[in-house]
Amino acid sequence: MNLYTTELRRLGKRRFVRYLTLAGLLVLVAVAVGMFLTNQKIGPAQVAEAERVAERDYQQNVAMTQQFRAECERAKVAGDAPRDRFPEDCSSITPPPRDAFQAEWHLPATFEFREEFAETLITVTAVLALVAFVGGASFVGAEWSTGGMMNLLLWRPQRIRVLLTKLGALLSALFGVTVLAGVLWTAAFWATGSLRGSTAGMTAGAWQSFGLTGLRGLALVLLAGALGFGLASLGRHTALALGGVLGVMVVGQFGLGVVLAMAQVRFIESWLLPTYLLAWMNKKVTLQDWAACQASYTGECEPLTRDITWQSSSVLFAVSLVVVLGGAIWSMRRRDIT
Amino acid sequence: MPDVTREAEMAAVLEIEGLRKTYRSRRRGTRQALDGFDMRVEAGQVHGFLGPNGSGKTTTLRTLLGLIRPNGGRMAILGQEVPAALPSVAGQVGAIVESPQFFPHFSARDTLSLLAGAGGVPQTRVMEVLELVGLRERAKDRVKTYSLGMKQRLAVASALLKNPKLLILDEPANGLDPGGIREMRSLMRDLAASGMTVVVSSHILGEVQLICDSVTIISLGRRVAAGPVAEVLAEHSGNGLRVRLEAVTDLPHAADLLTRAGARVTPHDDHLLVYDVDKPATVTRTLAAANLYVSELATLTVDLESVFLELTATAPVPGQHRQVDQSVVVDGSSGDPTTSNGGWGV
Ligand SMILES: Nc1ncnc2c1ncn2[C@@H]1O[C@H](COP(=O)(O)OP(=O)(O)OP(=O)(O)O)[C@@H](O)[C@H]1O
Ligand SMILES: [Mg+2]
Repeated sequence: MNLYTTELRRLGKRRFVRYLTLAGLLVLVAVAVGMFLTNQKIGPAQVAEAERVAERDYQQNVAMTQQFRAECERAKVAGDAPRDRFPEDCSSITPPPRDAFQAEWHLPATFEFREEFAETLITVTAVLALVAFVGGASFVGAEWSTGGMMNLLLWRPQRIRVLLTKLGALLSALFGVTVLAGVLWTAAFWATGSLRGSTAGMTAGAWQSFGLTGLRGLALVLLAGALGFGLASLGRHTALALGGVLGVMVVGQFGLGVVLAMAQVRFIESWLLPTYLLAWMNKKVTLQDWAACQASYTGECEPLTRDITWQSSSVLFAVSLVVVLGGAIWSMRRRDIT
Repeated sequence: MPDVTREAEMAAVLEIEGLRKTYRSRRRGTRQALDGFDMRVEAGQVHGFLGPNGSGKTTTLRTLLGLIRPNGGRMAILGQEVPAALPSVAGQVGAIVESPQFFPHFSARDTLSLLAGAGGVPQTRVMEVLELVGLRERAKDRVKTYSLGMKQRLAVASALLKNPKLLILDEPANGLDPGGIREMRSLMRDLAASGMTVVVSSHILGEVQLICDSVTIISLGRRVAAGPVAEVLAEHSGNGLRVRLEAVTDLPHAADLLTRAGARVTPHDDHLLVYDVDKPATVTRTLAAANLYVSELATLTVDLESVFLELTATAPVPGQHRQVDQSVVVDGSSGDPTTSNGGWGV
């Protein structure tokens, strides 16, 4: 137990980790504040204003068409109309119908908690997962590259235990931060919904669905932390080297995309990581291939589709976790520490 | 060997037998760093661990502490086989291995406090050891801002933190100022006096000769000499003895007697130099039997440095640049290379 608490203390003392977490949280605060400021509650005043703007636009348009038509007729009478400026028949210049100007379009942005909150959970997850990955990598990577790990092993010559305790400390800290951030995030958006939109329709079922999305987000954050930790421990180096890994992955994915596109492979997205992240959070991503026509019974062309479900994401995640952590543990057991 | 029983009786804090380690790298192939190395350190001693650069000292200590995996041999610390028993003996072994590195952004106090936490040592001990190594005033500074010697002091502090029974110091004097070296010397003496066993690897042989009770000399991964400092010196001065008698006139007679007893004698004006006797007592006994009384019997003094250079064949030769692995090559077929030198027993 004392090793665990010591590792938690060490994590808390690490300046880079602290700043990184702070930066991540500040980004989230900025997003939440921005959402609050750019949304408005829709009341009779906003509706009336929107109606007024729509009416004004309509009137302006009517006035403009009438002026144009008048010009057209005048030119026809004078007979000096430039050929391509006016139509043959001036009476074909008519104002658009009134319902082409809808008040709805002029309503300010408003935050519908029930509709939009799930999407914001993806934002929190993305930011926290990045923090977790880099933080986890730096936590153990710096330890390796500065010789701190060697010192610690002189005190606790149980390699696997030391490694796993560090991981445990990291994951519990991530858990704490994520849960805290999730609660504050929910509160912030509930406030945005209440004050700058609506929180209508929040049934128990809706809450449960958000809860499950939140849990999947939490799992993703922990996974990112564990993967960063495992990779840095395998490479025995800092976040810097890990940035390299990250870069290679991005370029690799990009290159893979290009190659697959040239080979005209179907559903290129099913080879790319972001699809699986999205599928995990949204439970399902439907890929469409417009190049393949599937005639529907109405005679329309329907795209070929493929579903990527959160289950397939979970398989991918589990495999990468096992490979990376397994590799880190194996190398911890086998390799000399010099 | 009569030594075996004596050795078994004395408590060995550290035993290494036939240790082998081969480093393998994909590109450079293999490098045999330890080749059947033996070592033995008895309780309460300050033991010097000497050897040229690249001879395998750090490798030995790393292996002993479980950081690297040996290819063969056995090791025991405080009577327990390692690495198997390492988790249980680790609490009694304080060590620094070759200019230890610390996380640069933590203060000395945080660094030690975290180690104390991990090892279950009371936090009050942290300031004690920092005081001991003279870092009290700078305890809150980041390690990054420390000088080489200050880092070395911190390393020593970290090794002392658990108040170990066995203290292993790999080149602790590295970077210390003269005052620091002298402090280190008295610190080691005090620690040994308090019952701690200290193993110290160093290249400063004058220092080693001053503070160590016994030494092990390693060359190319093998032990080439070991034992109490005085004995190692004596053995490698060719067992030279200076003998004076009460009456100078008896010298020729004495020389005659000793030569017949098998010694090699070089007569001088007022003394004899006697070589190739197994022990000084032989001289006294031989002469006393003829009623000749010895007024002085001294081993010829050589210093550790020349013995070291001779044993490891690393003395500089004018006009040559010795490369690091050019040390003495011990004939592998003859088994224990130190037997001919008497080892540590005698
Ligand atoms: N990680 C490693 N990989 C490959 N070879 C190594 C490694 N560490 C040490 N060696 C080799 O093993 C041999 C012994 O090295 P070691 O560090 O034990 O020497 P040392 O006696 O401590 O020397 P010094 O007095 O310079 O500190 C050297 O030839 C060295 O090159
Ligand atoms: Mg060394």
